[in-house]
Amino acid sequence: MQKTFTHPQSLKNVSTHYCPGCGHGIAHRLVAELIDELGIREKAIAICPVGCAVLAYDYWDFDCTEAAHGRGLAVATAIKRLRPDNFVFTYQGDGDLAAIGTNETIHAANRGENLSVIFINNAVYGMTGGQMAPTTLLGQKTATTQKGREAKLHGHPLKISEMLAILPAVKYVERVALHSPQSVLQTKKAIKQAFENQINNVGFSFVEVLSPCPTYWGLAPKEAMAWIKDVMMKEFPLGKIK
Amino acid sequence: MAKKILITGNEAVVEGALAAGCKFYAGYPITPQNELIAYMAQKLPESGGVFLQAESELSAINMVFGASATGFRAMTSSSSPGISLKQEGISYIAGAELPAVIVNMMRGGPGLGNISPSQADYFQATKGGGHGDYHSIVLAPGSIQECYDLMLVAFDLADKYRTPVIILGDGLIGQMMEPLVRQGAEHKVKDYAKPWALTGCKGRKQNIVRSLYLGQGALEKVNLRLQERYQKIIQEEQRSQSFQIEDCDFVLVAYGTMSRIAKGAVLALRKKGIKAGLIRPVSLWPFPEKIIAEAAKKVKAFLVIEMSYGQMLEDVRLSVAGKAPVHFLGRGGGEIPSEEEIVKKIEGVNKK
Repeated sequence: MQKTFTHPQSLKNVSTHYCPGCGHGIAHRLVAELIDELGIREKAIAICPVGCAVLAYDYWDFDCTEAAHGRGLAVATAIKRLRPDNFVFTYQGDGDLAAIGTNETIHAANRGENLSVIFINNAVYGMTGGQMAPTTLLGQKTATTQKGREAKLHGHPLKISEMLAILPAVKYVERVALHSPQSVLQTKKAIKQAFENQINNVGFSFVEVLSPCPTYWGLAPKEAMAWIKDVMMKEFPLGKIK
Repeated sequence: MAKKILITGNEAVVEGALAAGCKFYAGYPITPQNELIAYMAQKLPESGGVFLQAESELSAINMVFGASATGFRAMTSSSSPGISLKQEGISYIAGAELPAVIVNMMRGGPGLGNISPSQADYFQATKGGGHGDYHSIVLAPGSIQECYDLMLVAFDLADKYRTPVIILGDGLIGQMMEPLVRQGAEHKVKDYAKPWALTGCKGRKQNIVRSLYLGQGALEKVNLRLQERYQKIIQEEQRSQSFQIEDCDFVLVAYGTMSRIAKGAVLALRKKGIKAGLIRPVSLWPFPEKIIAEAAKKVKAFLVIEMSYGQMLEDVRLSVAGKAPVHFLGRGGGEIPSEEEIVKKIEGVNKK
């Protein structure tokens, strides 16, 4: 009988610390599957962010480093420049990549560093208890926008993917989501593209993943998936941006 | 005979870094250390290293974090306000037990201050600077030659103890020119094994570079390891230079630029028949407490001289431990106490 499903070598067989219905587990697994499929486990170096996913190294079984909050792409830049034969990627949340680390993000992209970036957008700060993120939707209630985000007070949801796409050195930007089996498969395809771009020395590649945070959206896991499709995707439309 | 070259302190730092096998530099321009970054931009790629002008000081220090995590020798440089911005990153480097060299050519503060030489960042450099219980080793060059020599020491100590090492100079040391003799083939870069480095997990288990330790007691264990290391550094790495202290009544204590003026004052005082001597701390952390404590048994008084309002003064007092009076002379805001002021101060103490 043919074996069609295995546990990825790049993913440790441990129980998760993530909340029920969280998207990180799915995204972690997709990364691990792709690293196995592309045969790059022994060359991989991941930069884990400050945020819920800092513990990604407890799940991934290859070399990893932490980076200070927002500085993932500064750390990754140095690693890739010194070890161009290694496979280097960052995995960052919305606060890390698009608030405190916006500067590092834009400049690494503008330098055209040959890196792959996985940007998990769940429109909220998870680790610190559900405060407003740069990507929080208008009207969305968070611990620091208790009456809902207001454009006049808090600005609009930041579309970092569209901003990055205008830079000449950025080679690939796609926005995907994790709300359905089909969208998970599309997410895997997009991350694969970003990974292959680095392997083929194409340059800076960026995948934004709309990911559920049921705990701080105040929704059941199934409702959170529906919220991505019915609400979040209206503000953050899926598809290849560049 | 080795060839002498005329060079600034900022450039001598680069020459020293290259001789030490530095392979990575990231920095952001700030006066008075701009000659360093420009010279590095030219020289480091020539020797096969990576030079990056970062978008900010924060980015630069975190690039150094990444570079060091791969096992290569890495450094950054800046001046006072820029070094303040790097403090979080230095704390992460200390927490992750990574080697790194950070050069601070100090200028006047606080705030934007000015671009004149200063020694007002002593507290920041020697007492940690960033958050958490950590120390950086701090070395203070007193000449252009020492800017070079101490870079070799700095990279070795950083690798040996897996810790950040700060070179604490000032705008004068950085921009002044003096002859430099580069060490030739006799200098060998020590090769430290770095089994913790990120190289890809081929043939071994996963490596993780981290400073996050959750779970009861996990972080305390790391801290105790660091404290044990710091005790070893305190015992083994105190560095200083003394001048005419064997028979002296008054010991001047000054480092860096200030020590050169203090040396002139020692000679002037001796001409007037007052027996003065000088202790110049070369390592500011660990502070050379042993030699100060030893001198405290014999002399009438100490005079600490700084281009600040009294920062190293506290470490001298702790080392003297009440065994002799400790006087102070200092100026801030980018001003420098003169030889005449030092002589006058000692003459005043002598009369009492």
